[in-house]
This record gives sequence, C-alpha cells and structure tokens, in this order.
Amino acid sequence: MTKKPSRAELMGQSLQSRRTFIAAGMASVAARPAWSQTPKRGGTLRTIINPEPPSLVLGISPLIPTGTVGSKIYQSLLSYSFDLKPYPVLAKSWTASPDGRVYTFTLQDKVTWHDGTPFSADDVIFSTTKMLPETNARWRFILEQCESIKALDPQTVQFTLKGPFSAFISSFVNSTCPIMPAHIYGANTDYRNNPANATPIGTGPFKLKEWKKASFIHLVRYDGYWDPGKPYLDEVIYSVVPDSAQRVAAIETGRVDLVSNNDIEYFDVPRLRQQKNLTFTTKGTETRSLMSWIDVNLRLPKFQDKRFRKAMMHAIDRQFIVDKLYFGLGKVANGPIATTTRFHDDAAIVKYPYDPKKAIALLDEMGLKPDAKGIRERVSILALPYGEVWTRQAELVKQLFGKVGIEVTIETTDAAGWARRNSNWEFEMSFNFLGQFIHPAIGVARAYISANRRKGVLASNVEGYSNPKVDELFEQGATAVNDPEAQKAYSEIQHIISDELPVLYLTELAFPIFQSAALHDAIVDGDGASNDFSRAWKS
Amino acid sequence: MTGVLARVAFVSRRLVKAIVVIFAIIVLNFFLVRMTPGDPALVIAGEAGAADQKFMDDLRHEFGLDQPLWKQLAVYLGHVAQGDLGFSYRQRLPVTQLIADRLPQTLLLTGTAMAIALALGIAFGTMAAMYAGRMADTMITVLALLVFATPSFWLGLMAILLFSVKLDWLPLFGMATVDSGLHGLALAADIGRHLILPAVTLGLFFVAIYARLTRAAMLEVRELDFVRTARAKGLGERRVVVRHILRNALLPVVSYAGLQAGYLVGGAVLIETVFAWPGIGRLAYEAVVGRDYTVLLGVLIITSIMVIAFNALTDIVYVLVDPRIGSTG
Repeated sequence: MTKKPSRAELMGQSLQSRRTFIAAGMASVAARPAWSQTPKRGGTLRTIINPEPPSLVLGISPLIPTGTVGSKIYQSLLSYSFDLKPYPVLAKSWTASPDGRVYTFTLQDKVTWHDGTPFSADDVIFSTTKMLPETNARWRFILEQCESIKALDPQTVQFTLKGPFSAFISSFVNSTCPIMPAHIYGANTDYRNNPANATPIGTGPFKLKEWKKASFIHLVRYDGYWDPGKPYLDEVIYSVVPDSAQRVAAIETGRVDLVSNNDIEYFDVPRLRQQKNLTFTTKGTETRSLMSWIDVNLRLPKFQDKRFRKAMMHAIDRQFIVDKLYFGLGKVANGPIATTTRFHDDAAIVKYPYDPKKAIALLDEMGLKPDAKGIRERVSILALPYGEVWTRQAELVKQLFGKVGIEVTIETTDAAGWARRNSNWEFEMSFNFLGQFIHPAIGVARAYISANRRKGVLASNVEGYSNPKVDELFEQGATAVNDPEAQKAYSEIQHIISDELPVLYLTELAFPIFQSAALHDAIVDGDGASNDFSRAWKS
Repeated sequence: MTGVLARVAFVSRRLVKAIVVIFAIIVLNFFLVRMTPGDPALVIAGEAGAADQKFMDDLRHEFGLDQPLWKQLAVYLGHVAQGDLGFSYRQRLPVTQLIADRLPQTLLLTGTAMAIALALGIAFGTMAAMYAGRMADTMITVLALLVFATPSFWLGLMAILLFSVKLDWLPLFGMATVDSGLHGLALAADIGRHLILPAVTLGLFFVAIYARLTRAAMLEVRELDFVRTARAKGLGERRVVVRHILRNALLPVVSYAGLQAGYLVGGAVLIETVFAWPGIGRLAYEAVVGRDYTVLLGVLIITSIMVIAFNALTDIVYVLVDPRIGSTG
C-alpha cells in the first residue's frame, strides 16, 4: 500500500475550513478565512532581524536568525502546518512503503536556482549525503537512520532507511534539511569557507539583493519562482535594530510591518496588544516548540533522591511565571513532550501543582530538617543570560525555594560562559531550554537517553539521567511502524520521566508576533516568521 | 642640521614606542580575551540549539582553536606583522574588511558629535564666562550639569520618542533609507537626517564638559596681566575675548578633545546600539558576546593605533594653539 496524500490530508484538518486552493496542483495554506480579500501583487514587507545573523546560508549556519532570513532563500522538500502535518514544498508528493522503510519523493517541476540553473534530484542527493552531514548536527542524526539515498530519475528521490523511523517524515524542517545547490558547492568541499556564501543562491521565492552589514538585508522577488504567481510581495527588507525600545517604536509607528522572535520584550506586549492598527498572534512556534526547564545535575548526591526533585517542583509557581513574567504568553510545561509536539499525552503525566506545604512535607519525609536559620539545603542555579525574563525567573525561584528552606545562590554569566558550564556539567542546577522539532525522536530523546550523556556538547543529556527502560522506550517510539505503537511508547515515557523528574519543567515558550493590519498571510505554518513568505501579501 | 636630526630621532623614538605599545596591547588582549569562559564554537552551537561532538570539533579545528595557545599567539602575531588581522570565525570574512566596512560610519558619527560638542561647548562656555554670575551663566551651568548627569542612551531614547515617534520629523533607526536609489547630495541629505539624533545625543555629553572647561579656563585667564594690557591698549571687547582670553583658555579643551578622540573609535557602543548605527562599537560588542576573538583583537588594535595617532595630532594642535610649546619642546 502506498500513500499518495491528498491535498486536504497534507494540509491538515484544521485548515480545511479555510481558503486553501489557489490553483490546481498547488498546495497553499492561507491563514485568513475564506471571506478575506484575494492576495494582491506587489509591495514591500519591512521587518526586523535581531540579532544579525553571521550568514544567510541555511546549509552552513543552523542559527535561528539565519533561518528567519534564509528561509526566504532556501527551501526544504517539505514544510509543516500549525498542527505539524507535512505539506509539499520542493517535493510535490511522496509515498511511504508499508514497512515504513522506503520513502519516495517526487520533486516539483520547473524549479530553478536563483542563478537560472535548473534544480534536480542531484541537488537533493548532494545536500542530504554530502553537504548537510558536514554542516548540520540534526541532519547527521537523520542520516544515521538512512541506508541509502538515491535518485531514481531527475524528478524522483528515494530514501531507504535502515529500519522503520517514525520521525523521518518530520525531518524536513528547513533549518534541518535545506536543499543546497550542487553546482555551487559540489566542487569545493570546504563548505564553510566557500566564497559563494557571500551571495546565497537558493530556490526560494526571494533572492538576496543587498546585505549592508549591521544595517539591513534586502531581499527581492525571484521572478523565476517555481510556484506560478508567487510570491506576491516585491521585496522583503530586514532592518538590524539591536535596541528593543527602538523595535517597539518601529512597529508602533508603522515603520515596519512585522516583528517576531525575540523582537518585543514580554513587558511591552500588553501595551502593544491595545494598539488597534496591529494584529497579534503567538502561533508559528509549533515546529520548534521551545520548552524551558531547570537542569538538575543528577551526578551530585544531594539531587539523587527524587523526592527532593519533586519537592522543588512543588515549590515553583509556574503559573506565576507564565502570568506575571511572560505576561500571559506561553503555558506551564508539565512533562518532557510539549503540547505542541506530536505524541503529547496529558493523561500520562504526573503533575506537580504549586504547593509549598507539600514540598515541605516531602523534605521532612527525607529527613532534611531546617537548621537554626531555617535552611534545609543549599543549591546554586546557573541563570540563562538571554535577557530580563530569565533573570526574573532565577530571582523568583530563589525566593520560592527560600520559602521551603532551600537556599539558592544564583550564578550569572554571559552566553558563552553559560554554554561552556552547561555543556561541561559544571553546574548544580541550570536554566535551559530546548527545541523539540515536531517529533520526540528528534528533539526530546536527546535530553534523556543515556547514550547522549556527552560532555562538552550542548543540547545533550547534560543532567546525566540514565534509565534503561526509558532508553528502550525511546528506541521503540522512534522505530514504531505506526502512530498508535509510537504513542504507546511515548505515553509511557511521559509517565516515567514526569515521575522521576530528571529536569524541573517550567514553561512552553511563546513568542509574540505583531503585524500591521495591511499585512496578510505572513504567518501561515508551524515555522512562524521563518516560513518562506511566498504567500504573504499587503493590501 | 641638528634640528632635523633631533626631529628624526624624536619621530623614530615615538614610532618604536608605538610599536612596543601595540605589541603589548596585542599580547595582553590576546590572553585577556582567551581567559573568558566559552569559545566561538560553543556560542555557535548554543545559538543553533543543536550540536554534536563532530560539529564542535570541526569548528574548533577550522578556527585553529585545537592548537596550543602559544602557537595560536605566534601565528596571530605573524599575521598582524604582515597587516593581516585574521578571519572572523562568526562572519567568515577577513577582519580588515569587517573593520573597514564599519570604521567610516563610526568616524562620521563620532566626528560629527565631536564637532557639535566643540562648537557648542566652546560657545556656551565663553558665554557663561562673559556673563559669569548672571542669569545666562546660571542657566548654562545648570543645563550642562543636567546633560552631564543624564545617561546618553536615555537622552537618545527620549529624543527618539519626541522627534521620531511623536513628531515624525526624523527617521527612527539606521544610517540611510534602504534602497532609496538616492545619489550625491540627496543621499548626503538622507544620511544627514539619520545622523542628527545620534550625533547630537552623543555630542551633548561632551558639550557639557567643554562648556565647563572653557568657562573655568576663561575665568582664570581673564584676570591675567596680558588681558589687562590688551584692554589698556584699547582693543575692543570682542577682540580681547576671542584673541586673548579664549585662545589662551583653549589648552585644557584641546587636551580633553585629544582624550575624547581616542574614544571616537570604540566609545559609541551605546549610541550605536540605540540608534542601530552600523558602527565599529557594535562590531566589538557583538564580537565579545560571540567570542569572535580575531574581530575583537582587530578592533582593539585599530583602536589603539587611532589613539596613538590622535595623541600625535593633539601635540601638533597644541603647537598651533600655543606657539610657545613648539619653540621650547
């Protein structure tokens, strides 16, 4: 049985009620209801990029700001709707064999690179087997699951997996698998230092016109874009604006049409939401699904009793963090798999409501009695250096832990210092956050499986958690042939991990997006402002 | 003949001194920068949100960070001696190019600010001294004190709120309108409009300093004998003030301006950040955060060269303002 996905399937249930059909053979996801006006050609989208990316070439730089801009220039085979269903980009359709081992992609016709060279299956083979394995850690992990990748003809690429890998079809996020031009990078394997990196050539709807470092990045419409009639916009201009007050002023006065990512500080959100000329959303974080928590260094004797970790969890008022520090954006995180990631199972999770009394009872039960100053235990917490909201969280945790007799020392450092200490296990407790990338096998397992306790490597199992049962279940989930089987493994994982608490969950992060009323369809899928903007238009 | 020889000896002594200073700056900064925790590979991995050992090893190998530190220093010194400031780990561009791209913008901003500061500062200072103890003096002194005590980034933000947001007279950020297609005078006018707020904001702080310096020096000078003599000769008040009092009162201002000139290159980080001005201060700041060692060292080297150059320039200006210095020294 081969699966030839219909257009409706590709776009997901929630999108069916919306206006989605532009032309036959083309899948399009519109964020506006059916009665909205038809898209208009022309116009300039002005927005902000902060911080400025070091490079726009998605294939060599996996950074978030690179993705925000580079996603207009480079594309992957697929993209993912708000509810994480894959839909066609450079691949117009695909089939999967019943044993889940062979995936065959048919590519779009008439795709050309920005220099006019035709795009073909060779580019896909080059990117997935030669270039990305050298430059992208997430793709290297996916490639490890592949036995072979070959072109059946210039329009068809076949991936054969070593065994079933349920996350495979979720692997084509454009920051993980951007398709790169073989005719430009094929000859010189020193990809990172290729002179061509200064002049990105992609298949996307926009091409680079000018990048004035520290000032702006100017993208213009690629007239040879493969999707007829698109993109609607003539140009996209990213201004580099390092000061947050300036960014607020820019969207308030209409000098830019869109702010996203970390552009707006949370404390400015309630005021901007009052502005009548702006629309507000927090959608578009689904693909990445960032979750924050506190790493607990389980190698240290004082953290080894899980009652202590449960007590700390009961002592943190996470709803307060969401309501007062994030001004209502985001939600409380309870277990390892975010609500916006596949296989989340609320019923399986052990929950820890804010309850200082219960925390004290647990500490008493452990025999951690308060000393003369009322202190039962002392811990130090490494704060995250990414702005106000993280500093406030560290202060809040210090205060709340103090109430149950745990004295906290907050340690501060800058981004590089945090990265070194966190990745080298030089902490007692450490704030952290991690993206989940649609499927637990890609973004969740790495923080818990014992094989991933690798010193010096960020975004690994830094807390030192090891449970053979959990390792086995993650293996089962990843190799499951069908969803119910995978769900079973992931539900059990969520139960065990939320009970054992190798990390203390805090929140699922949401990022405020404000748009001018004239901008439409800029935020259309799980990539948020990092989608390709081919459907965005201005009225 | 001996005069020429003495001058050659003097210049070469200063040159040798400058080279030693720059060498010391490089070595000191090299170790200082390396003592900070974390390295560029970690920062890049941290921002990527994903990494494995190969990714980090590849980066470190490529950057030469897997070599012993002394070897890295030797390689770096060798390159600098040949005028090569190395390669940015992060931006993957030659450091000299990055600095050359940013330096003119910073010099335009800080140079304009300095011109504003000197012109307004000396004018206000002179006025205050002439009306010492009266209303004008009090007002200037109080204003100068206020400006001096206000953080310049706050002044900048308030100026933005007033002139760019409320009144909508001036652009909000950046150095020029993107893709305006303007050339020649129109382009200069466009840049000028973008330049006003950051330059004035940056300059105001120094206006205050120069005004106070000028006022104090003038009050001191105007009591001296030669001023009385000038007046006794029957010279007009204007000529006495400008040629006799002000010129002699300028020395401390020149000294301070020499110091400020060193600040011209690296000192405008805050203003550049608030106004999104694409200058070298921001480049240095981003290099610190990203542990982009070569860029940071490059900026420090260029800054120190500029400071040395400006010191020499100050010496020359001294001679122009006060010919006695040239004849005795």
